[in-house]
Amino acid sequence: MSVEHHLLQADNLAKHYPVSTGFLKPKGLVRALDGVSFSLVAGKTLAVVGESGCGKTTLARQITMIESPTAGHLRLDGVDIASSSADQRKALRPKVQMVFQNPYASLNPRKRVGSILEEPLVIHTQLNAAERAEKARAMMARVGLRPEHYGRYPHMFSGGQRQRIAIARALMTGPKLVVADEPVSALDVSIQAQVLNLLMDLQAETHIAYIFISHNLAVVEHIADEVIVMYLGRVVEQGSKREIFDHPRHPYTQALLAATPRVEAEQRQIKVMARGELPSPLDPPPGCAFHRRCPHASEVCRSEVPVLRQVDNHMAACHHAEEIG
Amino acid sequence: MALLDIKNLSVHFGTEARPIIAVEHLDLQIDAGEVVGIVGESGSGKSVTSLALMGLIDAPGRVSAESFSFDGRNLLTLPKRERRAMLGRDIAMIFQDPMTSLNPCFTVGDHLIETLAVHEGGSRKALRNRALELLTQVEIPDPARRMAAYPHQLSGGMSQRVMIALAIACNPRLLIADEPTTALDVTVQAQVLELLLRLQRERGMALMLITHDLGVVAETAHRVVVMYAGQVMETGKVPSIFTQPRHPYTEALLSALPENNIGRERLQTIPGVVPGAYDRPQGCLLAPRCQYAQESCRTTRPTLASPDAGSQVRCFFPLHTSGPKE
Repeated sequence: MSVEHHLLQADNLAKHYPVSTGFLKPKGLVRALDGVSFSLVAGKTLAVVGESGCGKTTLARQITMIESPTAGHLRLDGVDIASSSADQRKALRPKVQMVFQNPYASLNPRKRVGSILEEPLVIHTQLNAAERAEKARAMMARVGLRPEHYGRYPHMFSGGQRQRIAIARALMTGPKLVVADEPVSALDVSIQAQVLNLLMDLQAETHIAYIFISHNLAVVEHIADEVIVMYLGRVVEQGSKREIFDHPRHPYTQALLAATPRVEAEQRQIKVMARGELPSPLDPPPGCAFHRRCPHASEVCRSEVPVLRQVDNHMAACHHAEEIG
Repeated sequence: MALLDIKNLSVHFGTEARPIIAVEHLDLQIDAGEVVGIVGESGSGKSVTSLALMGLIDAPGRVSAESFSFDGRNLLTLPKRERRAMLGRDIAMIFQDPMTSLNPCFTVGDHLIETLAVHEGGSRKALRNRALELLTQVEIPDPARRMAAYPHQLSGGMSQRVMIALAIACNPRLLIADEPTTALDVTVQAQVLELLLRLQRERGMALMLITHDLGVVAETAHRVVVMYAGQVMETGKVPSIFTQPRHPYTEALLSALPENNIGRERLQTIPGVVPGAYDRPQGCLLAPRCQYAQESCRTTRPTLASPDAGSQVRCFFPLHTSGPKE
């Protein structure tokens, strides 16, 4: 039996931000990420789902080493990022790359496509100019850009093509993991499909792993293998895609699924399962963070924080997970 | 008679000699109390249509139309003063980004009272009470306290509720909502859509819902108008346009949705991109991207035909018809 090699392993990862609440007032603490654990193997996609303020972007910032976690461990390829030295982190960076949400903002308007793609090589490799150009051109062909695009500026491209450039840039260093933060939410439906296909083709070719951050459950259902649902910095439900979509056990996951607009006939109506809005992260409610919006909330939810535990074949953090199902 | 009747609306930008066509030969009717979804990708002209309706197209933009009437009155020939009185009162609009559509210098109460004072007038106290009532109607918790709140103190969902309260303040007969929920999270989106539909039903107003999200339209609208590159490609009633789209573009849009590709490895796509401002095809605008395109599609532009009551399609070879096909 082969032991699966974990490319990325997060263990109780936490990131807290101190924030000023006013002059002479005590500093507040935002628990943007609070005890998140998961693992990811090569060639698979982990989707992180949640609404704004749930901590999904904070998670991406820890994984891409933009910030260091406050507590917990994050092992990439066996090296713990949280306690690694600057040299180690530098060696790790080419292995983790990022694709951002808005391709209109993530490409430098004053650089040509060629130099955008070659910049990661200038930083991370010793290749000379001719070798870099050759690599950039090869990558452009792989993501579906034409050779004549090499000398053009980002403003000359449509949104879909720009996202292809951003993806190509992320792949230049030959990463093992790509963190994609809402990569298709700024794109139109027809273009979104093209970019999702490209991401999946590239994964099949090169066996890279994706952390796919999204609020769009329809997209996640298509691309993910594993899914994490987050709410106010904590994981509320975690498991394989089919488990989460077919047997959601957490009321928040159910509310998200119900609220996602669908074209299919039997689901063609507005369903509101969660009332109200996200509570302030500075002053989270006691007990379960979701209890004020939850249709199933009971006394225990108001006082005790539910722990993430095994329910059926996946994990859910709800006191009533068994009854809800 | 239709509440809103637009015939042959065109909106051009740029110079006379080299116009940028934003909307071309658009026909649109909306009946009183009807929910019409306008769907299209970016650049399809859906927002420009609504701006033209509200008289918000400034020079160098040029609006022309054969007929452009609301409730029997021609908006293009109406004196400016009358038209202005009508806008905001009979036709109101909600914009996409609630965080930037409210004035940061004024409180929620100021916004509401100003709108009411301009269109209806009355004593300060009466206006205040009306404003409070409106905030209650859009389900804002603790409305008395929110009256004194500035926009930055509100969440996105709350701001959009305030926008809705502003829009319905004068009992409009037509409410235009331009991507009202795009900037909101899904659970909040569902609540805002539910609110909009409830208000629409209670007040019997017509709702023109502009969105790029086919799911939102499927869940809310009675009738859908599909736009592409400034033209209406198809209009149809709600279940049938999703189950039996007539236009290849509608069909392609639906099949590109991940939810319609469950179990497939790859998503179906529409090849190519929307035509640019200066490279509009001579024939059907979709022809370069259409899998059914024939020679005639590339040379002549199809007109909007009405194969049966309640639906229109701009295609020489419409799908799902009993008529001649292939």
